[in-house]
Formats: sequence, C-alpha cells, structure tokens
Amino acid sequence: MGRKLLLENAHIENIRLYDVYRQNGGYAAVEKAFKMAPADIVEEVKKSGLRGRGGAGFPTGMKWSFLAKPEGVPRYLVCNADESEPGTFKDRYLMEFIPHLLIEGLIVSSFALGSNRTYIYIRGEYAWIVDILEQAIAEAKAAGFLGKNILNTGFDCEIYVQRGAGAYICGEETALLESLEGKRGNPRIKPPFPAVKGLYGCPTVVNNVETLAAIVPIMNIGGEEYAKIGVGRSTGTKLISACGNINKPGIYEIDMTISVEEFIYSDEYCGGIPNGKRLKACIPGGSSVPILPANLLLKTAKGEPRMMTYESLADGGFPTGSMMGSGGFIVMDEDQCVVRHTMSLARFYRHESCGQCSPCREGTGWMEKILTNIENGRGKMSDIDLLWDIQSKIEGNTICPLGDAAAWPVAAAIRHFRDEFEWHVTNPDEALQRNFGLAHYADPIEVAATP
Amino acid sequence: MAEEKKLLKVTIDNITVEVEPGTTILMAARKIGGDIVPPTMCYYSKLQNTGGYCRTCLVRVAAGSTADPRPMPKLVASCRTAVMDGMIVENITNPAVLEARKGVVEFLLLNHPLDCPVCDQAGECDLQDLSYEHGAEATRYEFKRRTFERIDIGPYIQLHMTRCILCYRCVHTANQVAGNREHGVLDRGDHAQIATYIQKSLESPMIGNVIDVCPVGALTDRTFRFKNRVWFTKPVDAHRDCPHCKGKVRLWMRGDDVLRVTARKDQFGEVEEWICNECRFEKKQVSDWVIEGPTRLDRHSVINAGHYEKIEKPQEFLTEVMHGHAARILLDIHAVSDVNMVDLNVINGPATNATFNGNPKAVGTNVTDVKEGKGRNVAGTDSTNPNTP
Repeated sequence: MGRKLLLENAHIENIRLYDVYRQNGGYAAVEKAFKMAPADIVEEVKKSGLRGRGGAGFPTGMKWSFLAKPEGVPRYLVCNADESEPGTFKDRYLMEFIPHLLIEGLIVSSFALGSNRTYIYIRGEYAWIVDILEQAIAEAKAAGFLGKNILNTGFDCEIYVQRGAGAYICGEETALLESLEGKRGNPRIKPPFPAVKGLYGCPTVVNNVETLAAIVPIMNIGGEEYAKIGVGRSTGTKLISACGNINKPGIYEIDMTISVEEFIYSDEYCGGIPNGKRLKACIPGGSSVPILPANLLLKTAKGEPRMMTYESLADGGFPTGSMMGSGGFIVMDEDQCVVRHTMSLARFYRHESCGQCSPCREGTGWMEKILTNIENGRGKMSDIDLLWDIQSKIEGNTICPLGDAAAWPVAAAIRHFRDEFEWHVTNPDEALQRNFGLAHYADPIEVAATP
Repeated sequence: MAEEKKLLKVTIDNITVEVEPGTTILMAARKIGGDIVPPTMCYYSKLQNTGGYCRTCLVRVAAGSTADPRPMPKLVASCRTAVMDGMIVENITNPAVLEARKGVVEFLLLNHPLDCPVCDQAGECDLQDLSYEHGAEATRYEFKRRTFERIDIGPYIQLHMTRCILCYRCVHTANQVAGNREHGVLDRGDHAQIATYIQKSLESPMIGNVIDVCPVGALTDRTFRFKNRVWFTKPVDAHRDCPHCKGKVRLWMRGDDVLRVTARKDQFGEVEEWICNECRFEKKQVSDWVIEGPTRLDRHSVINAGHYEKIEKPQEFLTEVMHGHAARILLDIHAVSDVNMVDLNVINGPATNATFNGNPKAVGTNVTDVKEGKGRNVAGTDSTNPNTP
C-alpha cells in the first residue's frame, strides 16, 4: 500500500466543505507557510524535488526560482485547470472532491511567489466545478485565509476562477495566458517565457492543479521528507487516471515505486484486464505520449521491469520508451485496433490545432485524412511512409508542443504497430470485419483461466 | 552620453557579421544578404509582433553563444530568435533545415488552390517564389482542398480565403497601421479563416495596405482585378501631395494608363511607407502624380523580364576577326524578302499570314494598308463609326 498524500482524506464525507476540511488538518500548511519567508518556501519546494504534474515534468522549484522579480510590477500565479488531455481526469477529481486542497496550495504558492492576484483557469466543460471552487474560495475568505491581510502578515491575496471556452490548446501555458487576457487562445512565441513576461506582460508562473495541490503535503511534512517518497528524481506521489480495458478504472495515487505490471494487474490498482483478455498496448501518460506495445510496456528494452516513474517510463527514449506525461493511463486489450485509435487521436489534434503555424495546421488535417483512408480500407502502402514523413516534419517545427503531441502518437503507432497498418492496407475487407489482434507484442504474462 | 553599444558577433552559414543587441537572426542574415537570407512568409519587419507562424525561416542554431555553446535542441524561427554573442547559425549549409523548409512549403501549399494562372498576385507572389525555390515538384496530397467563397470586404478589397496561408500580417496591419481592426481570424485549425464579423466591410482609410502585405493573392485590389498581369505592367515611382499619407507610391502602368497604385517595396518585398486608400484606389490618372522615374526591381524577376532598363550593346568583334577589314554586306535581305517589306511597327497587333499575302479582309494588317499609312486602328474605327459601310 503506497503512501497517500493528496487523496489521504478524500474518502471523508463532505471533505468538500471548509469545516470538515479544517477539522481534518486543513489549512495547516498555510499557517506554517506564513511563518516562513517566501524564499524559504521556494527552497522547500526545490528540496522536495516536485516535478510539474501537467505533462512536461519540469521541476517546480526551479520554475519558481526563474520568476523575475522586478520592482513595482505585479507577479501572477495562474493555476492551469484546463485539463483537456484525452485520458486524463485527475484534476477534475481533485477539484471536485477536495477543492480546499487546491485553494490551500494556491494560497501557499501565492505567498511564496508574491502573487496578490491568482487565477484558476478552468476548462469550459468543467462548469459545475466552477461553482464548487467559488464556494470553496468564499469559505476560505470567510475564514480569513484569503482577502486582505491574511493571518495578520500583511499579505493580500485574491483567487479568481476563470472559465475557458473549451479549447485543448488553452492548456498550453502561453495560450492559456492569452485566453485569460481575453484574447484568442493562440500560443505565444517563446522567448520571452511567462516567468519574465506572462499575464498582462508581468512575470507569471503557470502550474498544474496537481502540482499546486502537492505544495500542501510538502509544507506539512517538509521538502526533504517528501523527497524520500519515490525513486530518484521521481519524488512524491502522482495521481494516475487509469482508464480503458481494466477492471477498475479511476484515480490512483501512486508513490512511484511500483512497476507498471503491478499497477495494471494488482487488485489494489487497476485490477487486471477484464473478460480474460490480454494486454495489447498502453498509453501511459495521456493521449500525446507515445503508445507502447505490451512487451515494451512491462519490460524496458534492456529487460528490466518498467516502473511507474518519470525516468523508467521514458527509458529507451522514443524508440522503445514513452513518457509519464499527465498521468492519463489508457490501457488497450487485444480487441482494440491501433489504427482506429490513432485515427481518433489524429482527428482530435486536427480539431484542436489553433491554426497559427503551418506544419500543425495543415499537417494534422492531412494525417487525419490518410489515417481515415487506411482505417476504412482505402489506404495504400505508400501512405504509411507518407504518414511517417508528415509527422517527422511537424515534430519540433511548431510554436507550441501541440504539434509534437499530434506527431508522437502517430509516430509511435507506426513504429511499434507497422504490421497492423500494413495488414489494414493489404486486407481492407477483413480489416473492416475484425481486428488485427495481438500479434507478437502481446504481454508475456499468461492470463488466468476465466472462472 | 555617447555610450558605445557592444556589437554581437554572429556567424550565419560561415559568414560572420556584427549586429546590435536585440537583432534577430533573420535581420542579421539580411544584413549579410544573398542566398543565406531565410525566406519569410509571415514576418514583416515593418510591423511589430509578426513572425513565427509560417515556419519557413527555420534555422538551426549550432552554438547558442560564446558563454553557452550548446546547440539549440530544435530548429528555431529565425525571425523571432534574438542573436547572442558568438552564436553560430546554419541555414542553407544544413540539410536538415532545408528538409524542414521543404516540409513547411508542402504544408503551405497543401490547401492552396495553385490557381496562379488566374491569380492577380502571380508574378509578385511570395508563395510562388518560395515554392519555386524550396518546394517539391508535385504534391503528395490526394484529398479535396479546403475552399471558401470569395467575399468583397469593402468597396476596394476582395478576400479570397482559399488562397490564404494565415500569416496574420493583415491582422497586424489593421491593428498597427489602419488603427481600426474590423477583421480577424475566426475558427481554428485548418478551418481557420480571415473574416469580418458578419460580412462587415473594411472602412479604415489606411486599410488598403493589407493588400500590399498579403504574401499571396488572398487580399486583392478590386480596382485592379483582372486588369492585367503584373509582368506586363511597368512600375514607375511617383509621388503626390497627399493630406493623409506621405504619398510616395509606385504606379503600375501599361502605356499611359495607371492600372494600379501600390506602396513602394524594398528588396525583401516589404512596404517602405504606408499609403492611404485615396492614393491607392482613387488616383488612377497620370496627371494626379509626379513621376519620378522607372522603378528598379531586383527581386521579382518575372516583372523585370519585360523591361529593358539597362541595354548594353554587344561588343563588335567583326573588325577584329576580319583582321582590321570592315564588314561587307553580302546580301541585303530586304531586297529579296517580302517579310521585311512590311513595317511591323505600324501593324495593329501581331502579324498574321494575311499581313503578308495581301488579303483584303485583314484590314489594318494588310500590306497595302500599311504602306498607305492607314494601318492603325482601322478595325476599331469600323466598329464604332456607324457611317462606315
């Protein structure tokens, strides 16, 4: 049983309400933090080794220390709650059930960064969560943890919730800032980075919901204690939103010491593949990261068991590895068609591309059309090489990571499942009738006989 | 306070240049000039905040600076990346850059209709030049291209969205030059489009400049549409005393007619000084303008093709070859050929068979007509004069 930090109290009834949250040790982090100097809090976060939970895994303490601090210019903290990655739903759970954890983390972080106005940019589809958050903010304000002169320290802080209009691209931090400013949500060209010139041209830190919530246990147990959890540079606990062909889909808090095999098959976590099917493939970190076939998912190319850590999931680079990403763990069993799945992702990225830079705008649509052809039995063998060429010309040549995110799934699918694509081309009629099945990339674990 | 600014040394394709701090890689390359200048489709040095979108100017930074000589992990947009001291940039010397650029050109042409034969921009189109220099010979795209209806946005400008490559230049122009933006980008992704909000028209007195900044034929001058091909017109610099702008323009003339008025553009195809709508659309008489002289264009070779500005007589070698003897005429071709009996200069239109065989129906091009000096415009007179039998 792994240690739980974020979801420790999630089972308590009405933890959503301030009184219940407070009774269970809530807002202790604020009280502790306000006795410290802001620089010390940043140092504590650095010590904890906390890495951004939004996808890129950038060390949070480092990000905070990059924040420019010019005189007379306000600084902003923005919470990125625009959780739109297919397969990821951890922030939703946090905000919906323990909103005060986020608010508490935001207050501490605002104090550490000197942000008097802090924004939560929440995705438009989470409309009901806006009400939950606003209620939590009102309760925190009534209790004196927000507003003017918090805890008599002279520090003022207000938290505002801003709804997006339902665009995936607004989860990219600079597009989020543009959208927050009331403009079209196009990513900005970096540099300048938000830490220098962000919201309204002022230094800004943009962090994911889970990252900011993790500040609370870091303050409570101390950075060094937090760093002891986990392995190597993957410290602390991580929320994994598991979905797909597993017995128990849902949010799991893991302490990054377990293996992928344990995560999928143990009853404590996903509980195995239903209906006696076998594992075919898995996307371990949300739709943007490369898909891995079962044999590479459970064991790395070196033959070591793959662990649920940032490093181990990325082991082998893109040829044989993947990424931790945002923790959207999508499991596919032998009945899933990788071509269809890739087409569906390509359609998503085509729809969500902002249309600003040309490789992403035109390339995503092109890939979708080719994949639709292959899936529907109209593909040609040359289409597979063409897809590979298109994705290689999108990747790395765009303003924001959406181009990469659109290219990687296609690249990984062709890299690992090329025989399935070729089968779709050579047997178009059969491909419409049935799925390719497991082929050589089945997991090595035998399935117990179904009772 | 004559504080001397420290110049930064940057090496682009093995050529080193010293530039001021804050210069972008692209502007440093332009300072060097020549083939190493990355092409641009969206960047416009006269406008702020442009660039970074089209990705044609991607270059590789092999060394970030003297202090931090690590290479940058990705190709960078040279138009938006500032130089550092000791930076080493690879443009045309790096095959990966050229390959990426080829890919970008393919993407730009993916939904472009390639209707150059009927496009007013043909001949002075940045996308044409770009695809000629960096593109592939054929497209690999087998699907239906995205199309839009043509819209007249205002009395002077037509928007043909199908051709648009979404460079955002016109949006920045409207913001920064016209001062009153009435159009913008609607939707997103490959269905994004430049549009006015519910078919409004662009009314700002400086809005005509969006035509000049448009790198393709998406925004065209309605007063010039289909009047002529640009390579048949002759560019002439002219000015007038304009109350709204500086009035320095370029007239595009055919014969004595001013077919089109545009702003003057520099060697990178960028407007030197913005002009107002009145100069651009309403002053189409030669008498409105003070002609300064023919324009020297050094970039758009297509337009230059029909213009003979610098005629150099070939050197006469004949006397030398003949060891000092003067050339002697062996045969006067005019004495034996009917062809040269006709003065081709006075024929109205191209010469035909009828010009030479004395066909009486070929009025105006008939040999006898020509000889009698009534060759010009005879056919025209016939059709307009009702008294002619």
